[in-house]
Amino acid sequence: MGPSHPAMHGTIRIMLELDGERILNSEVEVGYLHRGFEKTCESRTYFNLLPYTDRLNYVSPLINNLAYVMTVEKMLAVEVPERAQYIRVIMSELSRISDHLTCLAAMAMECGAFTVFLYKMKAREFIWDVIEETTGVRMTTSYIRIGGVRADFHPDYKAALAKAAVETKKVLKDVHGLLDKNKIFLNRTRDIAVVSPEKAIAYGWTGPCLRSTGVYYDVRKASPYLVYDLLDFEVPLGERGDNFDRYMVRMKEMEQSLRIIEQAVEKMPKSLAPVRLIAEGMEPAEAIKTSRVRKPEERIRLSPNLEGSEKERYSDILTDAKGCKVPPKEDTYTSIEGLITHFKFFMKDHGIRPPKGEVYFSVEGGNGELGFYIVSDGTDRPYRLHLRAPCFHVVSALEEMIRGHYVADVIPTFGSMNMIGGELDR
Amino acid sequence: MEKKKIIEELKQKFPEKVKETSVQFGAETLVIDKDSLLDIVQFLKAEPYSYTMLLDLTCVDYKGQEPRFEMVYHLYSLPNKHRLRIKAKLGEKDLSIDSLTSLWKNANWLEREAFDMFGIVFRGHPDLRRIFMYDGFEGYPLRKDYPLRKRQPRIPLRE
Repeated sequence: MGPSHPAMHGTIRIMLELDGERILNSEVEVGYLHRGFEKTCESRTYFNLLPYTDRLNYVSPLINNLAYVMTVEKMLAVEVPERAQYIRVIMSELSRISDHLTCLAAMAMECGAFTVFLYKMKAREFIWDVIEETTGVRMTTSYIRIGGVRADFHPDYKAALAKAAVETKKVLKDVHGLLDKNKIFLNRTRDIAVVSPEKAIAYGWTGPCLRSTGVYYDVRKASPYLVYDLLDFEVPLGERGDNFDRYMVRMKEMEQSLRIIEQAVEKMPKSLAPVRLIAEGMEPAEAIKTSRVRKPEERIRLSPNLEGSEKERYSDILTDAKGCKVPPKEDTYTSIEGLITHFKFFMKDHGIRPPKGEVYFSVEGGNGELGFYIVSDGTDRPYRLHLRAPCFHVVSALEEMIRGHYVADVIPTFGSMNMIGGELDR
Repeated sequence: MEKKKIIEELKQKFPEKVKETSVQFGAETLVIDKDSLLDIVQFLKAEPYSYTMLLDLTCVDYKGQEPRFEMVYHLYSLPNKHRLRIKAKLGEKDLSIDSLTSLWKNANWLEREAFDMFGIVFRGHPDLRRIFMYDGFEGYPLRKDYPLRKRQPRIPLRE
């Protein structure tokens, strides 16, 4: 099966030894998407390797950004403004929902439930609308930056967020109705590929897969980061650790994520900077052109597609610490000091230079504990950067999980694990 | 359990094998003798420490230093909610270290990755092959002396 198979959403090869339809033995071959992420990062500066992290788990790039950025911040001991922390929480929960939606959509489609696939993709579009409005792109966001975030929320984000929440809730209700008691779905998922809690721990499972076996471990609860300890949410657990439990845990987690978002929007400190739209009603090309024409009495504003990235908002969304953020464009283009700071930031052997040492930091990603291990030698590039990819550990159990089952069981089992090639193969 | 106690108790239990201990950025690190890795890890995995989860396993190449390689293990204790980093140094002449596959199942793939990228040999590993690279790949890509843009010779198509 694979590396390219219509029922496999990712390039992975599973070699099966069969007796009729029963699997006697199997071998999983990974590495088709290996692109030397860790090696590449060693020759990039801390600031400019951020876009590479978007491409790890490409369904939830914001969580990858967050994990990397917080690891570097831990070395630099940087304090992030409160509003930025709430923005980060909202963004990573949105990503988590889109990650789970994609995983379950693919899993359901491969079991023949095409309607579910379409419903979930629809809900994901609404979530990506919110992300797009604020970050400017849908997938490769690079939005969460060292010291804060790239821009404040789009002024209309509340409406978009409310719409996304309503639509997602509707879809979740529909999907529960379509699948929970569906005999075809149950036959293919209930008691198939059962994993005991001991085995899951021995395999280093984390995230929804580990929780489906009944082990209570969530990085957000075990070692809270950002403002997760101020928010009220539950960690859904499974009982049997089979495919159905993995589906159910993800479904329940999405509800919790929506709860977190609701609370975070309520609690988020208000921005003091005035809201002024500059690109409203303009086509992007026209807006960029206008923003480049300098008028003496008017403030220069760039990035018209990223509303809320002006200097007056920086205190809300970026740290005060010097030398770890890109200086505001308004300064760069209007004053000589601003220009020098700008060059100093991007010049070789300047910019972000964490102290010597090594650090490991992890966040709760869509698939589990997403951790970065960085060794710094005091220069502007990491000496060694290692990613703890959650689905690497999950997929390594696949061989054992499908042994003794039928060929058809490989598909829902594989689907429930949420293998993401970019993250697995690095 | 007190976090600092673990390091103290380990030092008492294995006085010669624990070479260095340090705390940086809030993480406890132990540098141990590479031959006693299995003993120490087994001790930590058992009660009352219960470091039952092997979070991560990787290697760092300090080219120009002796010993050149350093294995890095991250263990996690679910009941104590605590992470511990264990390091073991490997010289260039003897690149072998005990495999942890008998204790953790995910060590299998993780060690294959370290073998693939750095050429570390794990004693007792059941199936030590390349994982990301293909058979016939020359060299170890994550070593510091492997050039970033090095090209590999073509290999014949597999059956």
